[in-house]
Amino acid sequence: MSGIILETKGLTKHYGGVHALEDADFILRRGEHVAIMGDNGAGKSTFVRQITGVEQRTRGTVIFDGQEVNFAGPLDAREAGIETVFQTLALADDLNVPDNLFLGREATKWNFLGPFRILDYKAMRESTMAGLVKTGVKIPNIRNSIANMSGGQRQCVAIARTATFASKLTIMDEPTAALGVQETAQVENIVRTLKEQGESLILVSHNMRQVFDLVDRIIVFRRGRMVADLDVKETDGQDVVAYITGAKTGAQFEGAA
Amino acid sequence: MSDTSHGIGGLTYDKSKRQWPNELNVLGALILIVIIFEVLGAIFMGQSLLFDTKDRFDSIFNEQRLRIIIIQVAIVGIIALGVTQVIITAGIDLSSGSVLGATAMIAMSFAQVSVVNGNPNPKAIFGPAFLDLPVIVPIFVGLGCGLLAGMINGILVAFSRIPPFIATLGMMLFARGVAQWWSSGKPVSFPTDSYAVIGAGMMPVIIFLSLAVLFHLIMNYTVYGKHTYAIGSNEAAARMSGINVPRHLVLVYAIAGMLAGLSAVILTSKNLTAQSGMGLSYELDAIAMAVIGGVSLFGGRGSIIGTVIGALIIGVITSGFTFLRLGAYYQEMVLGCIIVGAVALDQWQQQRAARRA
Ligand SMILES: Nc1ncnc2c1ncn2[C@@H]1O[C@H](COP(=O)(O)OP(=O)(O)OP(=O)(O)O)[C@@H](O)[C@H]1O
Ligand SMILES: [Mg+2]
Repeated sequence: MSGIILETKGLTKHYGGVHALEDADFILRRGEHVAIMGDNGAGKSTFVRQITGVEQRTRGTVIFDGQEVNFAGPLDAREAGIETVFQTLALADDLNVPDNLFLGREATKWNFLGPFRILDYKAMRESTMAGLVKTGVKIPNIRNSIANMSGGQRQCVAIARTATFASKLTIMDEPTAALGVQETAQVENIVRTLKEQGESLILVSHNMRQVFDLVDRIIVFRRGRMVADLDVKETDGQDVVAYITGAKTGAQFEGAA
Repeated sequence: MSDTSHGIGGLTYDKSKRQWPNELNVLGALILIVIIFEVLGAIFMGQSLLFDTKDRFDSIFNEQRLRIIIIQVAIVGIIALGVTQVIITAGIDLSSGSVLGATAMIAMSFAQVSVVNGNPNPKAIFGPAFLDLPVIVPIFVGLGCGLLAGMINGILVAFSRIPPFIATLGMMLFARGVAQWWSSGKPVSFPTDSYAVIGAGMMPVIIFLSLAVLFHLIMNYTVYGKHTYAIGSNEAAARMSGINVPRHLVLVYAIAGMLAGLSAVILTSKNLTAQSGMGLSYELDAIAMAVIGGVSLFGGRGSIIGTVIGALIIGVITSGFTFLRLGAYYQEMVLGCIIVGAVALDQWQQQRAARRA
């Protein structure tokens, strides 16, 4: 087993004429927590979508857990061990908490029935309880449809989903953007728990304090390109802002932007 | 972070926050409508709609009328079971009535006898090789035709960007054309005895209720059901969660088509003949049953139980107006109001729920 959990080489995504992501060379070590920062439209979510198989990349390679991967869809990525909280919440409002947690990978019985295989509600409820307790997420009743929950609670459900399933890599795209102070602290605690458990994490965030609190390394994107790769111990907020706005560009990325 | 005041992970179960099942509202509406007819019946007709007021001690119900109520909604009800699933995916199926028409003509052609009253069957569509076939053949042909039409609907909806309304509107016109083209407008009659059994007596009701139970279980306890709700609730989320949305949609529309095909078999068996105009506007009746039963046209919400109660509401209203000797036009006016009212109520409830969140 190598020490690198995820590596991308020349990862590129064009939407028609829009060069949303250009030649991203990225490395994430096992157990490492890395933040991706950058202005709106810098290509952060695009980068996440290419890794997780939500979209098909224009070119480049993705190496996950020592193997080159070509995920056909998000389920493939999940099965390989990548859990993602997408920026646009991937939750179904009319379903309750366990249904949402297990959406797309339900616990089932009688699998010979194909699409009509039977749901194992009890197992899903129990894992949900365990997952929520583990992450400290507060929800009045897991059997209510999540339509009636607050934005923060829904966000917590989405995050609990990633924490419930053992994974090799967790990706969170702006998980605290819509949260109150308490919920943000809670999400940050979940992230710390993941760190203690030695799980690797990519955190997309605009929150400078949060990033400096939680991660080991900061990657800055600007107009679709990676422009900096900074150790948090050797940088500060002003420095990062300079990279985000384009006042500075990392030495190894000269000529990139 | 182990503050238990809100209950962690649902460990405290606050019963006051439990959601009121929508089916109870629909059931309440059914009971209210029955009461209205009972009152009107007592005032204007001097008799009861559903209850046995004579001195027979076998039952408190007027069984004959109950039977009529449920028979007249059973065949459309079977279609409504499929339409319910389609609407839950946030789709619509306008083609079921016409698919019934086309399937009726085609399936019946495989169910004909060779000899009628000692003479060759005057309505025979095919040569002798296709007469007196075992009953399984027309059943399979019927289910197959419905399935095919439904699959085409599903493929159009899932893989092209044609909205379900337009895709199934196209199928509605196309299938009606097929029904008229099949025998150049002539009815197809004289089925075999075994075919005639399928829709005889209470058979449509038995089939309708069995399928209702089956699909109720499927919608609530299988992956198929869960994904159907998930797609209607948030299609993007369903896709991101790894559900193969196009494949699932094809399956849902195919099942709806197959149920339309099945109702064609039952209806032609019941009537002992197939006509190209069969099933006219059944799709709208089926949609009405679902909508009255609380199935949301925006997808994600509704249930088979709701649709069955919706079907009963339509049945009671139809029978009730006949019972009160009021013309069919009043009945349609009232049904129109009830459908709009049901959707308005649904909207109002949704907005109230949104405000609470
Ligand atoms: N499906 C798409 N089609 C066309 N252009 C797209 C598409 N998705 C993203 N883009 C474009 O790609 C660029 C990068 O978008 P992306 O969502 O990755 O930004 P981001 O860094 O996540 O921004 P934010 O901080 O606002 O979330 C933007 O210019 C956006 O308009
Ligand atoms: Mg983004």
